[in-house]
Amino acid sequence: MIPEIGQFALWLALGLAVALGTLPLIGAWRRDLFWMQSAFSLATGMFVFTLISFICLLIAFVTDDFSVAYVANNSNTLLPVYYKVSAIWGAHEGSFLLWTLVMAGWTLAVALRSKHLPIVISSRVLGIMGLISVGFLLFMLMTSNPFDRTLPIVPQDGADLNPQLQDFGLIVHPPMLYAGYVGFSVAFAFAIAALLTGKLDAAWARWSRPWTNVAWAFLTVGIALGSWWAYYELGWGGWWFWDPVENASFMPWLTGTALIHSLAVSEKRGAFKSWTVLLAIATFSLSLLGAFIVRSGVLTSVHSFAVDPERGLFILAFLIIVVGGSLLLYAVRAPAISGHSGYSGPSREVMLLLNNLLLVAALAGVFIGTLYPLAYEWLTGGRLSVGPPFFNAVFVPLMVMLTMVLGLAPFSRWKQTSFAHLWQELRWVLLASVVLGLVLPLIFAGVLHWQAVLATTLGLWVLLPHLKDLWQRAGYRWQGLSRPPRAHWGMLIAHVGFAFAVIGVGITSHYSVEQDVRMAPGQPVQVGERIYTLQNVRERQGPNFIADRATIEVQKGNRSYMLYPEKRHYFVRDIVMTQAAIRPRLDRDIYLALGDPLGGGAWSVRVHDKPMVRWIWLGALLMALGGVWAIRDKRYQRRRLRDQGRLDGVQTPARAGGQAGMPVAGRGSEAGSS
Amino acid sequence: MSRLKLFLPLGLFLILVGLLYAGFSLDDPARLPSTMIDRDFPSFEMSQLEDPDTMVTEAIFGGRTVLVNVWATWCPTCKAEHAELQRIQEETGLPIIGINYKDDADEARAWLARYGSPYEFNIYDPQGRLGIELGVYGAPETFVVDAQGRIQFKWVGDVNRRVWNNEFLPVLQALEDQAAL
Repeated sequence: MIPEIGQFALWLALGLAVALGTLPLIGAWRRDLFWMQSAFSLATGMFVFTLISFICLLIAFVTDDFSVAYVANNSNTLLPVYYKVSAIWGAHEGSFLLWTLVMAGWTLAVALRSKHLPIVISSRVLGIMGLISVGFLLFMLMTSNPFDRTLPIVPQDGADLNPQLQDFGLIVHPPMLYAGYVGFSVAFAFAIAALLTGKLDAAWARWSRPWTNVAWAFLTVGIALGSWWAYYELGWGGWWFWDPVENASFMPWLTGTALIHSLAVSEKRGAFKSWTVLLAIATFSLSLLGAFIVRSGVLTSVHSFAVDPERGLFILAFLIIVVGGSLLLYAVRAPAISGHSGYSGPSREVMLLLNNLLLVAALAGVFIGTLYPLAYEWLTGGRLSVGPPFFNAVFVPLMVMLTMVLGLAPFSRWKQTSFAHLWQELRWVLLASVVLGLVLPLIFAGVLHWQAVLATTLGLWVLLPHLKDLWQRAGYRWQGLSRPPRAHWGMLIAHVGFAFAVIGVGITSHYSVEQDVRMAPGQPVQVGERIYTLQNVRERQGPNFIADRATIEVQKGNRSYMLYPEKRHYFVRDIVMTQAAIRPRLDRDIYLALGDPLGGGAWSVRVHDKPMVRWIWLGALLMALGGVWAIRDKRYQRRRLRDQGRLDGVQTPARAGGQAGMPVAGRGSEAGSS
Repeated sequence: MSRLKLFLPLGLFLILVGLLYAGFSLDDPARLPSTMIDRDFPSFEMSQLEDPDTMVTEAIFGGRTVLVNVWATWCPTCKAEHAELQRIQEETGLPIIGINYKDDADEARAWLARYGSPYEFNIYDPQGRLGIELGVYGAPETFVVDAQGRIQFKWVGDVNRRVWNNEFLPVLQALEDQAAL
C-alpha cells in the first residue's frame, strides 16, 4: 500500500511540476499577476509530494518491504537501520529520487527567499526550475521507478547493500553532492530568466551570487567527502584517482568556480555579462551530463546502455532540450545583455579573466580525458584508460599558473592596477614565499623534492598576500579584524583554503611512504621512522559481517599507540572488504591496511605514511566555508530588509509588469568580490 | 560575424550530442586505422623493468611471433585484462613482451609480484618515448609482431576472450599459414 502512495505522490508531483513549468512562465509573458503568483504555491506543493514519495520509500526500507524490487536489491534484514536509510541512495533509482527531492527543495527555497524580487523574475526562475523537475520526474517514472514491485514472488530477504557503501562517508556524500549539482540549477534558472527578460544588470548578479555560492559550497564539500571516503574505504591510501565518476563531479566544480568569480565582475563592473550567463548554463549542463552519465552507469559500464537503451535515449533527449535549448536562447538573446566597461593592465578584471580562462582550460582537459575513453568505447567496443599521467600533465601546469595569479588577487584593483603598486606591496611576500617554500619542506622532511618546494612556495604565495591584506585592512590591530566586510572575509577564507590544499597536495604527493610488509606476531618491522609490531589477529563478529581484526602497535621513540585494521567478510554478498586503520593527525596520517594471511600467523600489511594529507580536505572545507561566509555579507542582508518594504508596490499588476531592475547598489563593500 | 560567434557553444554541444548518439547506432565496431601496421617495429634502446641494468633493443624481435602489451599500474583496464593475458600465455605459449608505460618502476614490479607476470620480460618506458614511436593512445594496447619484426596487428583497449577469438586468432592464423607456404 505504502509504495503505491509513494508512486501516486510522484505522479502528483509531476502534475504540479508541469503546472509550475508552464503557468508562471505564461503569466510572466502575458504580465498576468495571478498566474505568476501561482509559482509560489506550486513550488511548495511539488516539494511536499516529492517528500511524501521519499518518505514512502524510506518506510519501505526501514520495514524491510522486499516486495519493492529496489529495496530487495539494496537492503537486507541484517543491515543496521542507519544503512537501511542511506541505502535509499545506494543505487540508481533511489538516488534519483533523492536528486529529485533535492531539486524540489531548492525550488522551495527559492520560492521562500525570493518574495522580495520583482515577480516577473522570480516567477520565471521558479517556472524554469519547474520545467527541469518535469524532466527529472518523467525520467524517474518512465525508466527508473524506485517503487516497482517484485510481485508475485517476494524474496525472503534482500540482496544487501554493497558493502563499499556501508559507511558513514556514503551516508553524507551523495546528499551533499546532489545539493551542489542541483543547486546550480538556481544560477541556471536566473541566467535563463535574464535571457528571457533581456535584462542583466548588477542586481541580477547580486541575486544569483548567494545561490551560486551555496551550491558551490555544497559541491565542494561533496567532492571532499568523496575523496575522503575513497581514501579510507578503498584501502589504497589514494585521495584522488581521476576516475570518471570523480571527474563528473569535478567538471561542474571548475566551471562553478569560474562562475563565482565571473559573477563578481558582472556585479561590480557590469562586464563579462554574456560570459557569466554562458558559464551558468555550462555549469548546470555539466552537472546534468556528469550526474546522468554516472547515475545511468554509462561510464562504469557502457553496456548498461545496451541493456536499457530507453534510459540512455531519454537522457540524451533531456540533455538536448535543456542544454541545446538554453544555448540556442543564449545565441539569440545574448546581444541584448552584453555590456562594456573599460579596464586595462593588471587590473582585477584582467586577473579574474585569467582565472576564468585557466579554469575553463582545466575543464577542457578534464572533459577530453573523461569522454575520450567513452567515445572510444562507443566507436570501437574496446576499452582503454586515459590515466593520471594525462590529467596531471594537463591539470598541474594550469593550476600552477592559476595559483601565481591568485597571489596577486588581494592587491589588485578594479579598472587599473599598476605593476609598481603590486611590486611595492608584494616583493617581500614573494621573497618570503620562496625562502620559506624551500626551508619548510626541508625542516619537515629533511629531503627536497622540487615539486614539493614549488607547491609549498605557491601555497605561501597565496597565503601570505591574503594575510598581509587582512592585517592592513584591520589597521594593524587585532580589534580591527572585524572591519573587513564578510564578503571579503569569505574570499579570504576560501583562498587560504585553496593555499592549504595546494600545500597538502604537494607535500603528500611527494613525501608519502608506502610499503607492503610481512608482519609476524611479535616481530617488529620498521617503515620510515616508525616501528610496527603485530600483536595478534582475532575474529570479530559484526552485524552483517565477520572480520579478521589485527592489533598492531606503532612505535616512534618512546611513544606508542595501537591500530586495528580489519578484513571484513560480508556474507550476504560474499564480498571481502579491507577496513583500513588510520591515525589521523594534521601533520601526517599513519594508515594501515590488512592484506592476506601469509601462513604461520603472519599477515601482509600495507603501511602508508601520508604527511599533510588532511590539509587537502581541510582546504576544501575552508573553501566551502568561505563561499558560505561571503553571502552573509551585509549587502545581501540589507537588500532583503529594504526590499521587504517594496512588497506592497509589487503586489499591484502595474508594478509587476514594470522593469525588473533595481538600482545598482552602492559600493558598499568594494572588497567583497572575487 | 560576432552574432555567429554566439552560436559556437551550441555548435560544439551538437557535435557532442552527435558523438553520444553515434554510440547507440553503431553496432559494427569501426577501427582506428594504425599507421604502424606492416612496418618494422621502431628501433629503441631501453632498460628492462625486471633488471634495470639490462638494455633491450629491437633485436629481441625476429624468428618468432610475439605479442607486445602496453600496460601500467595506474590503468584499471590493464588489471582487468591481466588474467586473460595469463591465460593466453599459459594456453598458447605465445611469448608476451610487456611495455610498462609511464609508470613507476617499484610499483610496477610490486604489481607483477602480486598478480603474477604473463610477460617474458618488460621494457620500462617511464616517459612514454617508445609509446610515442608506437603511436600509443593510452593503456592498454596490444601489438602482434611477426617473425620478421614487423607489426602485423594492433588492438587498442582490453584483450578479452571475445577480442582474442575474433581479432587476434585470425591474424595469428594468417601468419602461421604464411610461414607454412
